[in-house]
This record gives sequence, C-alpha cells and structure tokens, in this order.
Amino acid sequence: MIKHSWLALDKIADSVRQGSVSAVDLTKKALTLIDDNNDYNTVILKLEDRALELAKEVDRKVKRGQDPGPLAGVPYIAKDNFLVYGGEARAGSKILNGFVPPYQASAVNRLEAAGAICVAKANMDAFAHGGSTENSDFGVVKNPYDKTRVPGGSSGGSAAAVALGLVPFALGTDTGGSIRQPSSYCGVFGLKPTYGLISRSGVIAMGSSLDCIGPITNSAADAALVVDVMAGRDPLDATTIERVKEGYVAKPLNLRGLKIGVVKEYVGDGVADDVKQAFAQTVAKLKKAGADVHEVSLPSTKLALACYYIICPAEVSSNLSRYDGIRYGYHDESSKSLEESYVKTRGQGFGKEAKRRIMIGTFVLSSGYYDAYYKKAMTVRTMLIQEFESAFKTLDFLVGPVAPTVAFKIGEKTKNPLDMYMTDVLTVPANLAGIPAASIPVGYNKQGLPIGFQLMSAMHNDRDLLGLAMSIEGLRS
Amino acid sequence: MSDFKPTIGIETHVQLKTKSKLFSGASNDARQAEPNTLINHIDFGLPGALPVLNEEAIKLACRAAIALKTKPRLFSTFDRKHYFYPDLPMGYQITQYDQPIIVGGKVEFELDGKLKKVGITRAHLEADAGKSMHPDGKDYSLVDLNRAGTPLIEIVSEPDMHSSAEAKAYAHELYLLMRYADVTDGDLYHGNMRFDVNVSVSKNDALGVRSETKNINSFKAVEKAVDYEIKRQIELIERGQPIIQETRGWNEAKQKTTSLRSKENADDYRYMPDPDLPPIVIDESYVKTAVKDMPKLPDVWRSDLSQLGLSKMQLTVLIDANIDYVECSYLELITEFAQRNLDVKSLANWLINVDIPLRRESKTTLNQYRFKLYEGVLKLVELGKLNSTSAKELVERLLSLDKLPSNIENFAKNSGLLQTSDTKEVEIIVERVIKANPKAVHDVQGGEDKAIGFLIGQVMASSRGQANPEVARELIMRKLKV
Repeated sequence: MIKHSWLALDKIADSVRQGSVSAVDLTKKALTLIDDNNDYNTVILKLEDRALELAKEVDRKVKRGQDPGPLAGVPYIAKDNFLVYGGEARAGSKILNGFVPPYQASAVNRLEAAGAICVAKANMDAFAHGGSTENSDFGVVKNPYDKTRVPGGSSGGSAAAVALGLVPFALGTDTGGSIRQPSSYCGVFGLKPTYGLISRSGVIAMGSSLDCIGPITNSAADAALVVDVMAGRDPLDATTIERVKEGYVAKPLNLRGLKIGVVKEYVGDGVADDVKQAFAQTVAKLKKAGADVHEVSLPSTKLALACYYIICPAEVSSNLSRYDGIRYGYHDESSKSLEESYVKTRGQGFGKEAKRRIMIGTFVLSSGYYDAYYKKAMTVRTMLIQEFESAFKTLDFLVGPVAPTVAFKIGEKTKNPLDMYMTDVLTVPANLAGIPAASIPVGYNKQGLPIGFQLMSAMHNDRDLLGLAMSIEGLRS
Repeated sequence: MSDFKPTIGIETHVQLKTKSKLFSGASNDARQAEPNTLINHIDFGLPGALPVLNEEAIKLACRAAIALKTKPRLFSTFDRKHYFYPDLPMGYQITQYDQPIIVGGKVEFELDGKLKKVGITRAHLEADAGKSMHPDGKDYSLVDLNRAGTPLIEIVSEPDMHSSAEAKAYAHELYLLMRYADVTDGDLYHGNMRFDVNVSVSKNDALGVRSETKNINSFKAVEKAVDYEIKRQIELIERGQPIIQETRGWNEAKQKTTSLRSKENADDYRYMPDPDLPPIVIDESYVKTAVKDMPKLPDVWRSDLSQLGLSKMQLTVLIDANIDYVECSYLELITEFAQRNLDVKSLANWLINVDIPLRRESKTTLNQYRFKLYEGVLKLVELGKLNSTSAKELVERLLSLDKLPSNIENFAKNSGLLQTSDTKEVEIIVERVIKANPKAVHDVQGGEDKAIGFLIGQVMASSRGQANPEVARELIMRKLKV
C-alpha cells in the first residue's frame, strides 16, 4: 500500500492559517493523489473547480488577516450521498444520473464555513445499501491493504480514501455500520455519533431513523475536530439535538477506574479467531491500564439484525419512493403511460439490492403484515434501547469487535445477501439504539489486514467516547 | 322511497391560513402565483430534503379543536401515507394516521328550529398534494406543485346526518366555525375548504354500502350531491342492482356525481411513522396561549346578539356577512352600539338592508368610520330630523363616499334628506294635498282615521320625504278642523 501521510487536522489548519502552506496547494495535492490512486476506485467524481475556488477564498482570507476557521484549507472527500455544490450527487446509483444539487448538505456547509474543502465524492454502495461497495453502480472499491478484497461499506470509498492518504479525512454515513465497518476493514478511525448530533439535511436518506453522519479519520483527535464543527441543532433537520457545552474536542480519558463492559453476545461463535484475538489483546491492555472491565449480556442484540432488516428496508422503501424520474435523475423516455414510466424508470434505475430492500420494506409495511413485522420490530427496538440504557447505568462504555471478520474477498458474499447482511451484526445495535459508537484500529491479522475495536457509549456521550478512543490509541504502541 | 333512511358522514379538508407551508418555508398563498413558483427543495421532493413542522399549524389546530368543542391532544405524531402519483413528489403524503391532534368533538347547529348535533370522529394535520392537469387532447399531463405541502386539517364527522339539508347545514356551520376561529381563509372558490361526502341508504339500522363523493367546494353542491346520491342509490336498490363502494366526483355542469374509481380493492397506503418528524408535544399552557386571541365563535355571537333582541333571520345574515367582509366587523359594531345603549335594531336593519347589499356589489369601501356613520344617522332619526326612508337613503349615500363627511347633519341637509318641521313649508304642501284629494278630506271629516294616514302619505310623497309626518298630521287636523 502506498500511503501518503497527512499531518493532524489542527496542524494542517494551523499551517494554512499561518500562511506557511496554501489551501490551493493542499487542494491540488489531494486532487493529484486521487488521480494517482485511480486504480482503487475510491472516488467517482472530483469537484476540482469548486474546490479550487474555495481554496483560493481561504488563502485570500489568510492574506487579509481573517481567520478561515479551525479546518482552514483542509481537503476532504464526501461520500456521494452528500449533496455538495459543484457536481452530481448520485449516492452511487445511476438513477440519480445528471442530478446536480441546487442546495448543499448542512454538514458540508458547516465544514465549508470552517475552511474545509470538499475535493471529491466517494464511491459507495448504491443508496448506502451494502457492506462492501459491491452494490455501487460505479464499480467496487479496492481495499488499500489487499486489492482483491473489499474495503467494507457502504462508506467504503471514504474509508479507503483516508487509508490511502488521499485526503486527511472523509465524510461517511452510518445506518447499520456503514462508517465503522469499512473503517475497521481499512484500518482507520470512524465515528457514528449520537443520532441527531449532525444534521441529515442534504444527505440522501437511507433509513431516516437510523442514519448518522460521521467522520472517517486517521485519529480520534481529528474526528473530534470535525465533529465539533458539524455538531448541533439545524433548523433544516427536526431530529437534530443540541451540542454539549464543552464541545467535542476532547482530551484522552484517564482509564483508571473506568467501567467498561464487554458485550458477551459480541464475542460469540460467529466471530473469527483473528478478530477475537485482536479484541482480547486490547481488552487486556485496558485492564492493565486500570480500567474496570466486566462482561455484560445484552440479550436483545441477538435480535438486532433481524429487527434492523425490517425497520431499515421499511424506511428505505419509503425514502426511495421519490425517485420516479419525473423531476430529476434517470428517466426512461420510451414509456407511453405513467405506469409504464414508473416501472421502467425504477426498474432500470435501481440496482438489485435497492429493489430487494424496496420489496422487503413494502412487504413489512403492507396491511396485514405491519403488525407482525414492522410493529414487532419496533417493540424489539424499544427493548434493545432499554437494555443499553440499563447497561449504561452502571457502565461507562461497552466494547466489542466491529465486524465478525476482517475484509473479505471481492465477490465472496455477493451470491448470498444474508451472508452480506451478517457483516452488520455487531454494528446495527448502536444504530437501533441511537447511541454513539466508534471503530478504532487496534491491530492486524497475520495477513496484515486491519482489525477494528468498537466502542459504544450512552446517548449524548460522544465527547467522552472520543476521549476514550484517544486513550486507546495511546495504548497501541 | 321514503322508507329508506340515508346516512351521511363528511370529511372536510380545511386549508390552514399559515404564511408558509406545513413543512417548508415556501409561501402558502398560491392564489395569484404562477405554477411551480412557490416551491423549495422540500416541496419538490429533492433528495436529502427533510420536512420541518411549521409551528403555526399546531397553533391553528389548537384553535380548530376549541371550535369543535374539544381539546387538542397533547401528544400527536406524523405518519407517511404512500402512493405513487406525479403530484406527490416524495411518493408519500405526510399525515397523522395513528395519533391525530384532535379526537372527538362536535358541531351543533339549528335546522328548522331544532338543534342538531353532529359528532366529530377526529381531525388531523396533513400536507396537501400538488395539482395535476390533463389538457384536453394532449398526450401529456402538467403538474403544479405550488399547493404541495399546503397545511390542511382534515375533519372527519361521525355518520350523524340523515338528509341533504343536514349535510348542507353541517358544512355551512363547520365553515363558520373555522372562519371565526381564524383557522382558515375559507376561500371556497380556491378550494380552501373541500368536502368529501359519504352517503349510504338503508331500510334498517345496518348501514348500507357507501359512496364517497370527493372534493365538493360549495354548500349547495354538498346538498345536491347528497340528494343525487340518495336518489341514485335507492334507484339501484329498487332495480335490484348492487351499490358499489366507490369514489365519485361531483360534476357541477351536469349536476350529477360520476364514478372515479372503485374502492373494492382498498388501496394499501403502507402507513408508517415518519422518522423525520418528532412527535408534537404540547402542554396546557401552550394551548392556552394558542387560543388566547381567538375571535368569538358564531354560537357565542348568536347567543350574545339574540339577547339584544335581534331575530334569528337577522343573526344568520349578520353572522354570514361578518366573515365575508371581515374588515367591516358588523358584529363588533352591534356590540359597540349595545354597550353605548344605542338602538341596535335600527343598526341591524341598516346593515342588513343597505350596508351588506352594497358591500356585496362592491359599492362601498368605507370601512373605518362605520361607528361614527351609524351613530350620526341614528342621532338625526332620534331628533326627528330623519324619517326611516331618508335614513336608509342617507346611509346608502354615506357608504358610497370615500371619506365620512365631518358633519353628517349638514351632509344630509345638502342632500335634501332632512325632514322639514318648518310649518310654513309643510303648510303649503298640506293645502295642496287637501285640494287635490276631496274624497279623502270628506272621509276624514266623516271620522275615518285611516284617511288621515293617506293624506299624510301624500304630503310625504310630495315633499319627497322631507316633511315631518307629525307636523303634517297636526296641520291636516287643524285645517280640516277635526
């Protein structure tokens, strides 16, 4: 793996603010790195013109003595489901071919106001459906550690781009693990914040009650800085929450006496030995550093995956209703009637996985099945939330692996959707509960493939979660 | 035919008079706008667009609840109702299915001297769809999304009505309630209130198969559609044909309902809670504030005004007119008169016979000076300077002005409307009248009192109403020595 190494975000911003590096040079550097690493297929669109324009503005501000913000001149890549000025937003699906957004995601607006520059759109599973990027209409992304393997998904392009060092950070979305799982597979840091901490406005929806926006970075400190810029109430998203007073730029937590729970169900039979081993090693380090580690059982987590694959497709089937080709995006021109136009446009525009989820979602919401599936799943979700809440009454954090295995081979799971869904088994509980969770790289297996370690905490506890991640990073060496 | 009992329930869509749409900042007043100009990313259903509830709609829903004689629920939620149509940009309508903001309530009104009560099942907030147009002979349809996202409150009545007259009266009373509660502009022409009428007929207590006639926008059409449906359904039954549960439309030109689509295979809307919208949670003090400045409701006006001695007929006209011409505030005017112990009945007569008809013909714009106007006219009447005919005439002339004259008496005088009590002038007329009407004179002298009235009338006529009739009477009696 050819890896360019970027400084920490605050260092990059400082050098731009001091005028020792120009934002334009950083932007050009990122764009060149993207071109040089085309073979990984991490990026599906560069936003060169707009990025350079923004970079020039940052440099002008520096010259005028104004502060361009805490992320001055920092280039980044946004997952393709973010609406960003300067190019198409397709969410990895050809049904949105030609759609150039007339408004921009709130998260992107806030990053822009802080001086960060979006240089490109990352490849992803179409509409974020998947855990490998194999569902992208723009081809699979290759894992930076082994080109025959997937980078994980659905934010696989974002995670691989950061792992390759194309940019110092990237934005992803996490509906059932789509930030944490690729971060684990690519050996980078990924955070799924508390539900509602970062506005979803201008981000193409997958499962609206589950979708979270978050950063993929080289370190917890970098993630904290990015979250600090994006977090908080947004009048354009009614589900957003207030930021905490102290902000999110945390300091490493003192591990001594921290109450940490190892979720029993997370280290069961389905988890591969190399993953278990890396996990156990980190737990041992935590104990050694003085953390008070307990085993804890969350029985409903076993039902979480089934519950997730009812609630999420239900919301997907609803959220994808708007893609009818009438107002924007792909439209079949041969249709002679309205019905034919719906059938052909959606039939040709959506990929296999989107159709599968629309079918499942439509089924579970149908009259006569709603109570048996959707309503029951919502009941399980409530139980799961209560189990997490009661665990966090006595524990500060919960930990477990991120995914049952390391990055798998391209094509290995495409034949069986259930196998693919299983890769989400350890990440979906946090989405169903709305709690913050992170993936932190803690080691490699014998083949040199990275393994992540998952941290979870109570709602609104993002700051401490980042602090713990920083402490664990300190244990690595 | 008479042994069939019709049963009617009405669903009413009331457009809320918010400035912006239910979930977006786009303007809610599409009346003058070019198609597709009042839309933003939310109304257009762009990817990533999220609805954000317009709080004003909650306030208006609270008022609607009070108008329906109930209370808004402190917890309610939004759901998505799915179907595909080009005027529904998101592929779902946001509505309140599971937990509506209003449950229960009633609408009461008087019909043929009897109090009628119609129960309200529920009322919920929802966003309207856009408008589709299918130009004749063209191979395309057009969509206007200006109306998409317009806030509605859908009020569902119990099937408590059993005649077209009741249905019409219910629709009318509901309209008054919503207008007085200041929930809607109530512009029926622009579809601010639309009625879906459910009608069935049956010979026993079990309800018959119903038809739903949708999108009726006048009270008269509600009445006619119900009549038509009752007749159509009875005829079908008598011919031994089945009634199909279906959606029908009202054809105003042909004065009949026509089938739109069959409901035999009920649409599956796949309702689900809308994850983009947190529940509406309000408390008692919120409701209190929301309804604090709510205007008086029509039933309160009715009881207040009837205590002032106004008749039911008068009340009906005044209450209707008051909301059609809000800027005149007829009812407030009457209240103000009553508070100052001025003659309310005369005022009511002038309003009903002069002011409201003039207003209907758009012949008066004088809105600010009404109290002074009527107070001035009344004073002249009470001083005996104006008779009732001239008073009406004076009111009409004053209302047609752009500005109220500073001295109403001078204006009346210059217009030749003041009664003349000047004995000499009247005397000349009286003498002329006596000469011209020997028979009546003879009758008077013969003791027929009625004939005096006739002679006074003649004096009034030749003075063009300006003679004081009391003065005329005295002079006639003196001249004829009776």
